[in-house]
Amino acid sequence: MEYAIEAEGLSKSYGNHQALKDLTMSVPTGSILGLLGPNGCGKTTTVRCLTTLLKPDSGRARIAGLDVVEQPKEVRRRIGLAGQYAAVDERLTGLENLRLIGTLYHLGRKTVHSRVDDLLERFDLTEAAHRQVKTYSGGMRRRLDLAASLLADPAVVFLDEPTTGLDLPNRIAMWELVREQAAKGATVLLTTQYLEEADQLADRIVVLAKGEVIAEGTPDELKASVGGERLEVTVEDASRAEAVAKALTDWGVGTATVGEGGRRVSVPVDAGMEAVASAVAALKGEGSRITDFSLRKPTLDDVFLSLTGHDAGAPDAASDPGTEES
Amino acid sequence: MSEFVSDGWALIGRHLRHIARVPQKLLSVTIMPVAFVLAFGYVLGSAMEVPGVEYREYFMAGVFTQVMVAGMTSTGVGVCEDLGNGLMDRFRSLPMSRSAVLIGRTVSDLLLSAIACVVMSVVGFAIGWRIHTGFWSALGGFALLLLLGFVAIWGGALLGLALRNAEAVSSLGFVIVMPFMFLSSAFVPLNGLPHWLREVAKWNPLSAVTDSCRELWGNETTAAGTGFPAEHPGTVALVVLVAMFLIIVPMAVRSFGKATAR
Ligand SMILES: Nc1ncnc2c1ncn2[C@@H]1O[C@H](COP(=O)(O)OP(=O)(O)OP(=O)(O)O)[C@@H](O)[C@H]1O
Ligand SMILES: [Mg+2]
Repeated sequence: MEYAIEAEGLSKSYGNHQALKDLTMSVPTGSILGLLGPNGCGKTTTVRCLTTLLKPDSGRARIAGLDVVEQPKEVRRRIGLAGQYAAVDERLTGLENLRLIGTLYHLGRKTVHSRVDDLLERFDLTEAAHRQVKTYSGGMRRRLDLAASLLADPAVVFLDEPTTGLDLPNRIAMWELVREQAAKGATVLLTTQYLEEADQLADRIVVLAKGEVIAEGTPDELKASVGGERLEVTVEDASRAEAVAKALTDWGVGTATVGEGGRRVSVPVDAGMEAVASAVAALKGEGSRITDFSLRKPTLDDVFLSLTGHDAGAPDAASDPGTEES
Repeated sequence: MSEFVSDGWALIGRHLRHIARVPQKLLSVTIMPVAFVLAFGYVLGSAMEVPGVEYREYFMAGVFTQVMVAGMTSTGVGVCEDLGNGLMDRFRSLPMSRSAVLIGRTVSDLLLSAIACVVMSVVGFAIGWRIHTGFWSALGGFALLLLLGFVAIWGGALLGLALRNAEAVSSLGFVIVMPFMFLSSAFVPLNGLPHWLREVAKWNPLSAVTDSCRELWGNETTAAGTGFPAEHPGTVALVVLVAMFLIIVPMAVRSFGKATAR
C-alpha cells in the first residue's frame, strides 16, 4: 500500500513538557484519517510537525514520500493546511486573500483566478468576496481559510478542527468537500473533537492521549473493541426494572444492568438474533409493561470514554488498569 | 529567482493595500515629520544659534535624517504584529520564498519613508528651505536618505524579530537611536564635542548622510575641518550604510526563520 503520510517515532517537547511521545502512524494515499483526542493531547502539534511548521525533536515524517525536515519546500508544494485558528488577512477582501495565497503557491495567474472564483462559489462567499475580511462572521472566516487550504488542489490536506464554529449546514457542506477531495485521490488528515464527525468521515481513526497513540483502527473496529451490540429495554414502572433485569439474565441473554435513571435495562447481545429472541421470551414471561425496546450499536462516545476515561488528565487509567502509578 | 520576485511583489501589494485601508498608518509619515520641521524651524531654530549659518537652511537635512531613522521603530513594531498574526503559519506552509515576507514589509515601509520625504520637502519649502543645486544632485541627496531609511527599516525588522514584543521594540529602538542622533551633525555642528568624541561622531553614518545632503543640496554646512570623513561624507555614508545593510539583512532573514519556527 502507498502511504501519503508516514510518521515514525515523532517526539516533541515544549520546555520540559512532552507534547508528542514517539508517535507512529501512516495514512494510505486517498484515505481520510481522523485524529481524535481531548484538549491538549497533541493534535495541533502533530499537524504542525507534519506540515513543516515545527521541527520534531526526534523521529521522521514523510509526506508523499518526502521528508518534512530535509525537503520542506517540496513538501509544501504538495500540502494544503487549515490551522486551528483561521489564518486570513483582516484588511484584505476575501478575493484578495485567496488570490494572494494562490500567487504564493505559484499557480499561475489564470489558474489562480479561475480556482479562486470556483472556491468562493463553493464556500458560499461570492457575495462577500469584495468585502474586507474584518467584516466577516466567524463561520465565513473559517470557510475562507478552508478555501485557501484547497486552492492548489493539494495531494495531502491537513485540517485542524475544520468544522469548529460552523453551523450544521456548513458543517455538512464541509464534510461533502472533504469526501470529494478524497474521492479525487487526495489524502486528508483532520483533527476533530466531534466523534460524530470522525465517524462520518474518517476511513481510519487515531486516538491520541497525552501525546501518545492509544488506539487506532476503522470506526467499526474501534466500536467493536468496546463490545458488540446492546439491547436496551425501557420499562414503564421503574420499580420493575430490577425484576426485568433478573429475568433477562436468567433466560441466558447476558448480564443485564439497570442504567442511570432506573428505567433503562441494558444487556449485551453478542449471540445475535438468538439472544434477541430469548429476550423477547423473557420479557413476555415477566409481564412488565415495556415502553421501548431497541438494539443499539456502540458509538464512538463509548470508545472514547472507555479509552480516555472521564478525566482526560488521568494517565490511561481506563485502557490500561495494570500500570502501576508512580 | 522569478518566484522570489513574484512572492515579494505579492506581499508588497498586501502591505500597500493595508496602508491604503488604514489611513492611520500614514500619520507617522505625515504629521510627525511636519511637526519636526515646524518645531526646528520655528521653536528650536530661534533658540539655536549656529554662528555664520542660516539655521533654516542648516537643519532640514538633519530632520530628514531623523525621520528616516525613526522608520526603524515603526518597522520593528510592524514585524512584531506580523509574527503574532496567524497568517504567518499559513505563509510558512506555502512553497514561497521565506524572505518574501520581510521584503513585503520592508519595501512597503520604505515607500512610507519616501512619502515622508515628499511631505517634509513641501513643508520645508514653505518655510524657506531651498535646494540650490541641480536635479541630479538633489536626487542624489534623497537617494542617500532612502538608503539610510532602508538600513534603519531592516534594523527595525531585526530588532522586532529578536524581541518579538512591540513595547520592547519601541523602548530599545529609542535607546539605540539616541546616541547616533546626538553624536551627529544632524542638528548641531560637531565642533562643540570633545576631541575624541568628535572623531567618533565624524564616522557616524548619520553625520555622513546629513553632511552629504547639505553638500548635494548646496545648503550651508558646518562639516568644516579636516580628515577623510569631513572631506568625503558621501563616500563614508555609502560605505558605512552598504556595510550595515550587508550585515543586517542576512541576520534578519536568519532570525526570521528562527522566530517563526515555534
Ligand atoms: N508553543 C507552545 N509552548 C508550550 N507548550 C505548548 C505550545 N504549544 C502546545 N503546547 C502544549 O503542548 C500540548 C499539546 O498541544 P496541542 O496544541 O498539540 O494540543 P491539541 O490536541 O491541539 O489541543 P486542542 O484540542 O485544545 O486544540 C498542550 O499541553 C499544550 O499546552
Ligand atoms: Mg489543537
